[in-house]
Amino acid sequence: MNILELQNLKKYFATQKAVDDISFNIAQGDIFGLLGPNGAGKTTLLRMITGIFYPDSGEVVFNGRRFDPINDTAYIGYMPEERGLYKKMKIGEQAVYLAQLKGLSRKDAMDKIKAWFVKFEMESWWNKKVEDLSKGMSQKLQFVTTVLHEPKLIILDEPFSGLDPVNANLIKDEIFNLAQNGSTIIFSTHRMEQVEEICNHIVLVNKGKKILDGTVKNVKNEFKENIYRIGASILPEDIQHPAFKVIRHQPDELLLKLTTGTKTNDILQYFISKNITVHAFNEVLPSLNEIFIKLVEGTKTARQFQEI
Amino acid sequence: MNKIWLIIRREYITRVRNKTFLLSTFLLPIVIVLFIAGSIFLSVKSEEGRKRIAFSDPSEFFKPLVKNDSAKLVFVFDATVDTLNYTKKGFDGFVYLDDSVNHHFVLRTPKAASMGTTNSIESKLNEAYQNYQLQQAGISKIYLDSLKKASSAYFSVDNKGDDAKVVNAGLNYAVGFGSGILIYITMFVFGAMVMRGVMEEKTNRIAEVMVSSVKPFQLMLGKILGIGAVGLTQLLLWIILMSVLSISATAFLPADIMSQVQQIQNNPAIASNNAAQFSEGAKLIANVSNLNWPMIIGCFIFYFIGGFLFYSSLFAAVGSVVNEDPQEAQSLMLPIMMPIIFGFIILSSNLNSPDNDAMFWGSIIPFTSPIVMMGRISTSPPWWQLALSMISLIGGFLFTTWMAGKIYRTGILMYGKKASWKEMIKWTFRK
Repeated sequence: MNILELQNLKKYFATQKAVDDISFNIAQGDIFGLLGPNGAGKTTLLRMITGIFYPDSGEVVFNGRRFDPINDTAYIGYMPEERGLYKKMKIGEQAVYLAQLKGLSRKDAMDKIKAWFVKFEMESWWNKKVEDLSKGMSQKLQFVTTVLHEPKLIILDEPFSGLDPVNANLIKDEIFNLAQNGSTIIFSTHRMEQVEEICNHIVLVNKGKKILDGTVKNVKNEFKENIYRIGASILPEDIQHPAFKVIRHQPDELLLKLTTGTKTNDILQYFISKNITVHAFNEVLPSLNEIFIKLVEGTKTARQFQEI
Repeated sequence: MNKIWLIIRREYITRVRNKTFLLSTFLLPIVIVLFIAGSIFLSVKSEEGRKRIAFSDPSEFFKPLVKNDSAKLVFVFDATVDTLNYTKKGFDGFVYLDDSVNHHFVLRTPKAASMGTTNSIESKLNEAYQNYQLQQAGISKIYLDSLKKASSAYFSVDNKGDDAKVVNAGLNYAVGFGSGILIYITMFVFGAMVMRGVMEEKTNRIAEVMVSSVKPFQLMLGKILGIGAVGLTQLLLWIILMSVLSISATAFLPADIMSQVQQIQNNPAIASNNAAQFSEGAKLIANVSNLNWPMIIGCFIFYFIGGFLFYSSLFAAVGSVVNEDPQEAQSLMLPIMMPIIFGFIILSSNLNSPDNDAMFWGSIIPFTSPIVMMGRISTSPPWWQLALSMISLIGGFLFTTWMAGKIYRTGILMYGKKASWKEMIKWTFRK
């Protein structure tokens, strides 16, 4: 079942078409990546999903029904890119306040917060003010407040920015856990390597339009360029063969681009015939980073102001 | 509604527990009362100490006339004193005859002599001279006093007007001015508090998170009501504290200082009018209880709350578009404060003619009505005017709250760009 369906969403502002007819579906349990360059319309899209903005036209369908901003927000957790919490408020109190606004009772909120604080080793922070925390600590806190009410749909906008590798790993593990427990996660970021690690489905938007939509595997396969890596202990300097082109030549490995129609086994046979001891041979799929750049390059990367 | 209540509670508790709030609430009345008490004390103290006045009266004209019955003033007849040595001899002033034909005396005092001292000397001497003149004319003082008392009984003011109520002009002035000023101050102080409160979400960058859980309108309303409740609490505490402190302060001040205070207050001119004064006081008390207190208090509460709601939503709208720059905030506050100031000007210049045009329109238009209508209240304006004013205030704050909600919704999510007035109006009509 699709937990979220976006149908022909449009949102125009005075200076540009932020979201220009975008549609896609998100299945329950997905870890979904929403990617795009700066100014592509990601934040506007997310704000329409969370009910902060209303679309100029188009529909948001949540859990099979038309999205109801008043009631459905209890099932959504949103961590915006612009991080912020009330600086002068105490941490424990603030977490309870935000949870209550999402519909939790005070007692429930307290229990859940305590459990999360233990998990993240934050128990000693309860009575500290937010302004006393370092950036990484306040991000962990914000993450907790986002997922506290066990929302069905969790939206994280650049959740790892500013986190050190240890904390980033912690959050990453939590994301996997949450997905396993049935939550759906929308993950918006520029860090493609993270997307590859975490997401199973991605959508790439640019200038308000959707330009890519599919599972990570399919996308990579769609853009693959028949590149293979062969690792051998001794490689001759000059290797030529009509079936492939050497893209990169390193002492112990070669990157080859195969011509269309060539079978991989033929390549192996060639190398074996040359008495070269092959110890690694695998396909190199394009990274999402490369795909991203390839698709977005050529279009003006800086947001342009248009006449509406 | 539940969410609004959560927000109200949070705004209220966060502010009431704040150290600054506690300090300003409890410290300010203490400071004010101490200040007033201190200044009374100081001004009275300067009057303390018996003043010794030397008299040079070779003709012995004044000697039998001047009564040395005051503890403060002592007249000493000493022929050795003159204008050059009176201070050295320990006198605070010197009276000598300047012109014996016209009985013209001059009082010489050191430069630093207080007005109180010179006034009391003057009045004493004038009294003495009057007595002399009366004696010369053959009239006794007692007879004169009884004349004065009688005259006040023959002449009383009838300001019943067409209504059957007796209204004292002075009292009306006090009530109207007092409540007008109170509402005026409240609009300023708490309106500014609302504006700063609204900016809180922007400066803390939590606006987006909040708006993903509650509707912006709920957030705005919660803040306005929460801060309003804080304001009411502070006001009540101040009133209670000031009353308690004033009462206890007057108990602490020594009794003779209090009577001296009275004397100073009476000093300038009314010295001989004691009798008339008492009946005025009695009249005042009678008039106070004549005023329609339930209506006055009821209307005060209505206009206080209505005015607050009206203006705080305007302040909230303005606060939501400000980008953390305090100067920007101040400059945007100005257009909103102008009608408030204007209302106050109308009030203070027209209080004694509560039915003229300026007061009429001022009391109906919601921008100025909280202040101006209170000025008219004790003269019991016609009920239809009161009703019209109240309805327009209610309509007014409903409108400003709705409009503010629209502006707030867009404003709190905007960072960096400063919204112009034109843009703000556009948002009002956007979905």
